[in-house]
Amino acid sequence: MRHRMRHLNKWAIFGLIGLILLLSGCSELTVMDPKGPVAESQRDLILYALIFMLGIVAVVFSLFIFMVVKYRDKPNRKAEYKPELHGNKAIETIWTIVPVMIVTALSIPTISTLFDLEEPPASSNDQDPLVIHATTADWKWFFSYPEQDIETVNYLHIPTDRAIEFRLSSADSMTALWIPALGGQKYNMAGMENILYLQADETGVYQGRNSNFNGEGFAEQTFKVHAESSSDFQDWVASTQNSAPELTQEKYDSLLEPGLTDTMAFSSTHLEWVDHGTKDGMTYSIERHREAFNEQLHLKNGKDHEHGPSGKEGEQ
Amino acid sequence: MSLDELLVTGEPLIYAGMVSIVLVTGAIIFLLTYFKKWKWLWREWLTTVDHKKIGIMYILSALAMLFRAGTDALMIRTQLAFPDMNFLNAQHYDEIFTTHGTIMIFFMAMPFLIGLMNIVVPLQIGARDFAFPYLNALSFWSFFFGAMLFNISFVIGGAPDAGWTSYTPLAGDIMSEGPGQNFYLLALQLSGIGTLATGINLMVTILKMRAPGMTLFKMPIFTWSTLITMFIIVFAFPILTVALALMTIDRIFGSHFFTLAGEGLPMMWANLFWMWGHPEVYIVILPAFGIFSEVIATFARKRLFGYSVMVWSIILIAGLSFLVWVHHFFTMGAGAFVNSVFSVTTMAIAIPTGVKIFNWLATLYKSRIRTTTAMMWALAFIPSFTIGGITGVMLGMAAADYQFHNSYFLIAHFHYVLIAGTVFGCFAGLVYWYPKMFGHKLNERIGKWSFWLFVIGFHITFLPQYFLGLDGMPRRVFHIVPEWFNLNVLSTIGAFGMGLGFAVFVYNIYYSYRYSPREQNGDPWDGRTLEWATPTPVPEYNFAVVPNVTSHDAYWDMKAKGETGYDESKVEPIHMPNSTGQPFVMSAIMFFASFALVFEWIWLAVAGLIAVLVTMGMRSFDYNEGHHISADEIKRTERSARGL
Repeated sequence: MRHRMRHLNKWAIFGLIGLILLLSGCSELTVMDPKGPVAESQRDLILYALIFMLGIVAVVFSLFIFMVVKYRDKPNRKAEYKPELHGNKAIETIWTIVPVMIVTALSIPTISTLFDLEEPPASSNDQDPLVIHATTADWKWFFSYPEQDIETVNYLHIPTDRAIEFRLSSADSMTALWIPALGGQKYNMAGMENILYLQADETGVYQGRNSNFNGEGFAEQTFKVHAESSSDFQDWVASTQNSAPELTQEKYDSLLEPGLTDTMAFSSTHLEWVDHGTKDGMTYSIERHREAFNEQLHLKNGKDHEHGPSGKEGEQ
Repeated sequence: MSLDELLVTGEPLIYAGMVSIVLVTGAIIFLLTYFKKWKWLWREWLTTVDHKKIGIMYILSALAMLFRAGTDALMIRTQLAFPDMNFLNAQHYDEIFTTHGTIMIFFMAMPFLIGLMNIVVPLQIGARDFAFPYLNALSFWSFFFGAMLFNISFVIGGAPDAGWTSYTPLAGDIMSEGPGQNFYLLALQLSGIGTLATGINLMVTILKMRAPGMTLFKMPIFTWSTLITMFIIVFAFPILTVALALMTIDRIFGSHFFTLAGEGLPMMWANLFWMWGHPEVYIVILPAFGIFSEVIATFARKRLFGYSVMVWSIILIAGLSFLVWVHHFFTMGAGAFVNSVFSVTTMAIAIPTGVKIFNWLATLYKSRIRTTTAMMWALAFIPSFTIGGITGVMLGMAAADYQFHNSYFLIAHFHYVLIAGTVFGCFAGLVYWYPKMFGHKLNERIGKWSFWLFVIGFHITFLPQYFLGLDGMPRRVFHIVPEWFNLNVLSTIGAFGMGLGFAVFVYNIYYSYRYSPREQNGDPWDGRTLEWATPTPVPEYNFAVVPNVTSHDAYWDMKAKGETGYDESKVEPIHMPNSTGQPFVMSAIMFFASFALVFEWIWLAVAGLIAVLVTMGMRSFDYNEGHHISADEIKRTERSARGL
């Protein structure tokens, strides 16, 4: 008996070490290593849930191992055998009520976080959110800054410590804006507008992408997010306003054509003539490029192939 | 349209597919001719209305589809483990994950389970066939031809490439021109007819044809799970039928239900799809729950713990399954209130499911566990499915789901529930009922090899994917960044382990056919329910004398009283339906009509539709009354089968 206890202890220690390794490994995963308040609240919710889940796993797995080891049929088995045992009100009540309690415990923070995410993060409510229209077209991103009157293609600059109000829409297929380091995603859809609040608290370059499959160029529809201090951001805005060319409707229409595009910047926005988030803008792109949606890109994998948009961002 | 437009050209892998299709078809035709088996094939299989034979055909088709879609899976995994190889280009990769998902759900999981139901349910309730045997044959053939229609797409016309969910506007005619998406729509429509008909058929069979004494709460648990599943099918499948029809009309006749132009509602597709799609998840998991309950009770040699709670849990899960569909698109921006409601309903499903897990564990308590292969599959289900279940709850927390959605975390979750639930369940059920189907067991030693290879491979494949998801890897990308490389390689190694496990499983079928000892009586596992009361091989009429039932372990009780359920003095002539080739012909015509519609050859499709209507009219005036098996013949059969 004593011998077995020592064995159990050994396994418990191994298990604990394993768990610590697992959790410390987790902190390197993008979602578990948040760079802003939105991603942080989601990370906290995930960790909170994970505690319950690991508890459930511990209970179910121990019971499972106990049953299988103890009640396995073998010669000279000593364990009791009661073939007609088929119910026990007390224990059944417990294992119904405990899951109800767990679900309740998980529901409350889920709901409160859900409502929080519909508002700009509280940590920066001393200033208005920066509005950026994030519009997708097969297979690229347009980021329009209406207040600054600039627009970028396939890359994004944001100031830190200020909420960003993304207004999401799509010129054609359904997509989703996902910057895992800053927070979860929402869909971009043609003819409607979704609002997503994100915020960066640390400067750095983060990966952003369309996470919703929309055809051949899907894997390449990525962008870099440059989170920088407010003054750096202002400098960048000013230089873009001064040096980038104006976006003409003709140029914009040609960019909408399905295909891949490098990074670009403009000193005006496409919102002047079309907002794809409204019913009027819903068919703008397919009216112009109906035939082009079926041109194959012949995208390949392999050593010689670059992925994602290229170009010197922020320089014209 | 010339031939090179009709056939897919330019892909070496697809040329290899064409060659293998031609070779396999040629080999089958040669063997049938050489051994003079054409007549046998027609008389014994293609025209049969016997539920047991139809069940076997369902399962064989499902195994073939598991091979096809499993090959797709290995190609996906190969692509992701070798980023420098350019194994598949983006377009080909999109086609492969689309067909992988669609085939696994529609042409593997469902027919596998429906096959087991076909064989087992009438035997469990003491019935002699389905309520509508002719309709059952029609169900099978429409499924089979639907599956064939879907499978030829990759060599003729091009495979669909908009994902198994086929979200509009991507799947509409502007962004997915050509026959690929039409194959998806019409193949699912054709096989959907079969599923819906099976739903009605089994529902009536279970409600109207149970042996005397078998009240609802004395039905075996697998029959219960089947009954509830059929209710889900009857309520959910019409939604899919309508959605598919609307998209077909959009694509072929230019309407605007789901299009961007003409003020269509592309997001309505996602709603309709998941209003069917979430119940569908339970269509493929509840029967598996039923199988596990039967297998665990049998091999634990103990009554199922909490029988009525188990039944009510199934009913509750089935009800809730219709109230959670929005959790598939929490990120669509429906607002915090809507997402809160659907979060709570989603997590609520964990309550009855958790209760079931504890009931299975309690069934093991004070039992005598025989670790046969079937039981191993059932035991492996409990911890594996628990991991899938708890991560499902995490996905149900909408605020966190914004991070999980569309990521490999989601992929890992649904493979954990669908493989650990449905696939383990199908394997457990097949191994368990195999002697009833073929008169011999599957070899246990080889069976355990395939079990361990598959289960260990499964965890190595999908456990890393949770972490990949948390590291920001989205689903459906055909190449990866270096940070995701190691875990992807691990995942691919696991996938090949699963492939090896499946190969050993199939080899076991061959090996056992050659070498396993033949069954001497009909009850190889010391079973508890009525299917084990029949002799093996099961006679065409199943039960010479319909048994009287007093509890849900009817056969266990009969054995305790020393009864066999067979009493020669009570044998009377039995009325059975005649074989007929009509369902096969009718489905074949539907296949050609659908094929014509895929290529938008409207007049050919119309001609096919008229031909289908003619066959339906012929059926309406068909006064075939079936035949009687004489009492003498029954006695002869039973004496030889029972060794009396």
